[in-house]
Amino acid sequence: MGERSAFAEGLRAYGLIAGMWVRSSMTYRTSFVITMLGNGTMTGLDFVGILLMFSQVDSLGGWSLAEVALLYGLSATAFGIADLVLGSMDVMGARIRDGSFDTLLVRPVPVLAQVGADHFALRRLGRITQGALVLGWSLAAVDVDWSAAKVLLVPVMLVSGAAIFCAVFVAGAAFQILVQDAAEVQNAFTYGGTTLLQYPPSVFGKELVRGATFMLPLAFVNWVPASYVLGRPYPIALPEWAAFASPPVAVACCALAGLAWRSGLRAYRSTGN
Amino acid sequence: MDAFIELDRVEKVFDVRKKTGFLKRERRQVRAVDSISFSVARGEMVGYIGPNGAGKSTTIKMLTGILTPSGGRLRVAGIDPSRERTRLARRIGVVFGQRTTLWWDLPLIDSYKLMHRMYRIPDERYRENLDRCVELLELGDLLDVPVRQLSLGQRMRGDIAAALLHDPEVLYLDEPTIGLDVISKAKVRGFLRELNTERGTTVLLTTHDLQDIEQLCKRVMVIDHGRLMYDGPLAGLHEIGESERTLVVDLERELPPIEAPGARVVKVEGPRQWLAFPASESAAALVARVAAAYPMVDLSVREPDIEAVIAKMYAEQSEKAVS
Repeated sequence: MGERSAFAEGLRAYGLIAGMWVRSSMTYRTSFVITMLGNGTMTGLDFVGILLMFSQVDSLGGWSLAEVALLYGLSATAFGIADLVLGSMDVMGARIRDGSFDTLLVRPVPVLAQVGADHFALRRLGRITQGALVLGWSLAAVDVDWSAAKVLLVPVMLVSGAAIFCAVFVAGAAFQILVQDAAEVQNAFTYGGTTLLQYPPSVFGKELVRGATFMLPLAFVNWVPASYVLGRPYPIALPEWAAFASPPVAVACCALAGLAWRSGLRAYRSTGN
Repeated sequence: MDAFIELDRVEKVFDVRKKTGFLKRERRQVRAVDSISFSVARGEMVGYIGPNGAGKSTTIKMLTGILTPSGGRLRVAGIDPSRERTRLARRIGVVFGQRTTLWWDLPLIDSYKLMHRMYRIPDERYRENLDRCVELLELGDLLDVPVRQLSLGQRMRGDIAAALLHDPEVLYLDEPTIGLDVISKAKVRGFLRELNTERGTTVLLTTHDLQDIEQLCKRVMVIDHGRLMYDGPLAGLHEIGESERTLVVDLERELPPIEAPGARVVKVEGPRQWLAFPASESAAALVARVAAAYPMVDLSVREPDIEAVIAKMYAEQSEKAVS
């Protein structure tokens, strides 16, 4: 089987399994509706926190409300997409502990697709919706001289950002194969990462920003390209084309995460549980 | 017939880390499987037995490609399982006794529909296989019931059906009768026998229950401490282990110990007596002899348990080593 068809096979399996989870969650309709509402409220309150802050100050680290909202909307939407697609990968440690991970390994479809689709939940659409609403408002509110490149950057940021977060999820899952109770470490990078990106880089220390650019390149989700769109200086000294580097950065992240996943799986199969 | 499953000095060594202090860890190597060699021909039905932690599950995991052997050569249908796990997956069926692969909240049939699509089973084959499983495993009334509402025995039958819809050439069962009641056990055994004789599916099953082996397998392999202790017919195992079955007889009243050739009384408790006899001999003859001479009310036969048989094998081996 070639790489391409393995990928198609994985997508197909993902769809099949995700469908089963959606139908499973529909058997408890009331619970589904309640968690959906709860989720929407929770994520909605998330942005209210930022609004409250701006009721006291006019700018945050030199960024206006509309500008911070742009960062927030981009980060929340990109993360929401990744969370919808691969958000349950943190249950993998539990699956390894209780032994049910083995049952995935005897199926004729890629394990990553099976783990990714595990506990697929439509309630996660709430986060995307909320992020998209904030993003929509901010795009209308920011004072930007829109060029073709800047318009193009918005969808590019969302897709690349979602891919970068997906890579973090996969790498975290690979790490969980080695250290099975590390779900919280993974959450620190995923949920922690998206929260970090909802604030202007200027409020953080240079070291953190540098780490988020070169170590774990979260800055390419929104900080760097959004700075370009807003006509602001980059958070750290980078050439101008860096704003357009998000897609290759995302591809590199996914490739690295794929390698990490493979070696994690290999480690599992040679050490057992 | 050529070998379908082939193991040549297969090993599996685990690194076990044990905490010995706050940050100190001791590393120790555990040989879960220690240089095991055997081969299974297509269409055979083999029992793989041994106490807990003997290496049974580790062997099954290597055969299915879940684990990579640390050494030796292993082939299933000519395929190296750990290298081509996904390709092999289409040709094997696996039932993990204590873990269901069925969808907990959905009707049983939904799990089968998923198998249909995930394994890309041609519609006609799927229909045929499902109908056969439903009939023989008596699943007809259960198809629309959510899996969480099934009893343990029903779920096990459901799991076995799920593992067979794609026509696997070999079926691995890890403790398929554990925790089941007598009727469910009988149904599962009957089905496996049919599967093996009618369809020629190769079956390898691990079990604690010697009755599973007795009723199903001509050949049995015993593993302990990662080593293959015995490979041959069940009768031979009994001979080697000198294992005994026990006939429990309830008499009408208290009587002196029963005298029957080929058996000895090991215990008397009021009207109930326990007679031990060699496991390789038929219980019927003994029962007839006892019934002819004594007023018998009830009886039951107890099988030797696997731990006892293995313990005897060990004793025998160490005796040989001494002499």
